[in-house]
Amino acid sequence: MADDGLPVIARFEVRRRSYLAPDGTLLRPLPDFASDIPTLLALYRGMVLTRAFDLKAVSLQRTGRLGTYAVSLGQEAVSVGVASAMRAEDVLLPSYRDNGTLLWRGTKMEEILLFWGGDERGNLSSGPAHDFPYCIPVGSQAPQAAGVAYAFKLRKEPRVAVCLFGDGATSKGDVWEAMNFAGVHKLPLLFVANNNQWAISVPLKLQTASQTLAQKAIAAGFIGEQVDGNDVIAVRAAAEEAIAQARAGGGPRLIEALTYRLSDHTTADDAARYRPPEEVQARWKEEPIARLRAYLVSQKAWGKAQEEGLATECQKEIEAAIERYLASSPRAPETMFDHLYAELPRSYASQRAELSGGSDA
Amino acid sequence: MPELTLVEAINLALARAMEEDANVVVLGEDVGVNGGVFRATVGLQQRFGAARVIDTPLAELLISGLCVGMAAQGLKPVGEIQFMGFIYPCIDQLVNHASRLRNRTQGRLSCPMVLRTPHGGGIRAPEHHSESTEAMLAHIPGLRVVMPSSPERAYGLLLASIRDPDPVVFLEPTRIYRAAKGQVEDSGEALPLDVAFVLRQGRDVTLISWGAAVKETLAAAAELVGHGVDAEVIDLATLKPYDEETVLASVTKTGRCVIVHEAARTGGFGAEIAALIAERGLTSLLAPVARVTGYDTVMPLPRLEQRYIPSVSRIVAATRKVCEFA
Repeated sequence: MADDGLPVIARFEVRRRSYLAPDGTLLRPLPDFASDIPTLLALYRGMVLTRAFDLKAVSLQRTGRLGTYAVSLGQEAVSVGVASAMRAEDVLLPSYRDNGTLLWRGTKMEEILLFWGGDERGNLSSGPAHDFPYCIPVGSQAPQAAGVAYAFKLRKEPRVAVCLFGDGATSKGDVWEAMNFAGVHKLPLLFVANNNQWAISVPLKLQTASQTLAQKAIAAGFIGEQVDGNDVIAVRAAAEEAIAQARAGGGPRLIEALTYRLSDHTTADDAARYRPPEEVQARWKEEPIARLRAYLVSQKAWGKAQEEGLATECQKEIEAAIERYLASSPRAPETMFDHLYAELPRSYASQRAELSGGSDA
Repeated sequence: MPELTLVEAINLALARAMEEDANVVVLGEDVGVNGGVFRATVGLQQRFGAARVIDTPLAELLISGLCVGMAAQGLKPVGEIQFMGFIYPCIDQLVNHASRLRNRTQGRLSCPMVLRTPHGGGIRAPEHHSESTEAMLAHIPGLRVVMPSSPERAYGLLLASIRDPDPVVFLEPTRIYRAAKGQVEDSGEALPLDVAFVLRQGRDVTLISWGAAVKETLAAAAELVGHGVDAEVIDLATLKPYDEETVLASVTKTGRCVIVHEAARTGGFGAEIAALIAERGLTSLLAPVARVTGYDTVMPLPRLEQRYIPSVSRIVAATRKVCEFA
């Protein structure tokens, strides 16, 4: 467009936050919480546990003991960084890949396995009772998150809704409609776009021509920030700041966490069909766990013995959870009616009876 | 008791529900200052404030999604979709979330929401404003689909829907919003859901209908008296889950049945009722079940819409044929 002397009426900017370089060296001074080594060790443990659990889940699927499973390999910093910035009373609206977020908030491994193993009882979840279950229809949890946040605002509760979704979801109206409404009402809501570059086989450049996903927040009237999603300190810091702002009545934010899906989309996918192995190999150099480990080692806070101890501890915890999962029995068939409505309508009593092997009521 | 139109009864029920429960919120396009395009929410924002009567952006998917999130958090949202032709962006939220949140969390979360929308044609509205696709919604497990046919039932069933712990799609018969008048007392008393209403007792034939078509069905029953036919008229009122027993009891008594609905015939909800009667009421049938419905074509624009909507004469003719079946 020609200048024509027309005035510029608005300018916008998007910032990117990162602290740790891929080799674990510091890019800039760390935020305050990161000076506390136990905090960093907890984040590290959360990521290691998530990865070990994910890999074990895949092997369960490969051996026919679990259904389709969405691995979060390479994206553990997003899950754990966001979860660690939340309070129990906040409400999580996760996508289907946020295994680490659920684990951090108290969902048991056997519950996650139960869900992906084909049993609704997995969603009973030992995590906060108000958290939403995994959302599989992409992005459809975003308008719900706006509803949750509206309820907080209406009741004047200092709580925040946290909604996670992937880069693909940002192409859906759901996410836009939710962000737009959140902006209008300054809702206590954090949107996290886990930009892992791939929506199954569709790369980001076919998803959007937008330079960043973060800038989509600007159109909705609030801040969008990019963070290095492989830097758990950056994710945690950005989420903490956004959640504090939201809790204080300052409205929503969008965090675009730049990461990479090192795994297939799910166990039902074969990413080798659509992306070159060299690309994946290159991205392994940026993954979040090695990065934080390098920093911890440089701070003399971590070493080989601790690493081995943690691996053993995680394996034991996972094995025990798998045992409990495999030992569980399917629920009785007629229970498929038990939570359909608060009270089963009379019209469906005979169908329930048929499933229980009882007489036709 | 004051005489109210159907839309005034809706407004009265909304006000009552908001008065008695601070968790009830109303949201939708133009529901606030404007009071809704049909005036169903008139005065509510002035009375209960803009935080509880929310003028949403023009985004139907959002409205339904907000309802799910609010309901899971313990609010009792009543969303309005301006016309049924605009409800389709909400289908994802209704099918994948509202109707199954309780089931997929095994009772940990629930979804006590109501989504209201005007239903049907006959008001000379523009394209897409005259839909009657209730069968689509009635196919969704976990949902309730409710449709009143009088001011009294609009008041009582809407109160029941708002108080219900599960999601309800509440379809309001546009054609009789103002044409239907009745005595409505603001008693706060709800009418039962999942229950059909026998509006007229009769011996010879059962006429089953819902929504605005009940008006023509009752008129047909009155006219049929002159032809020596004593028709029973049932307003189904709740389509999902529907009152099978009242339907079967009536057909057992009369042995004949005509189902009247405005929606297209194939796959319409009348087919479900006919199937029920075939499965469980066949031996009492004295004639084949007949359906008087909209046609299997797109609802025409206003110049032809009256030819689409089941008329009194079509109902009378079909019923006489059923009654004359040897």
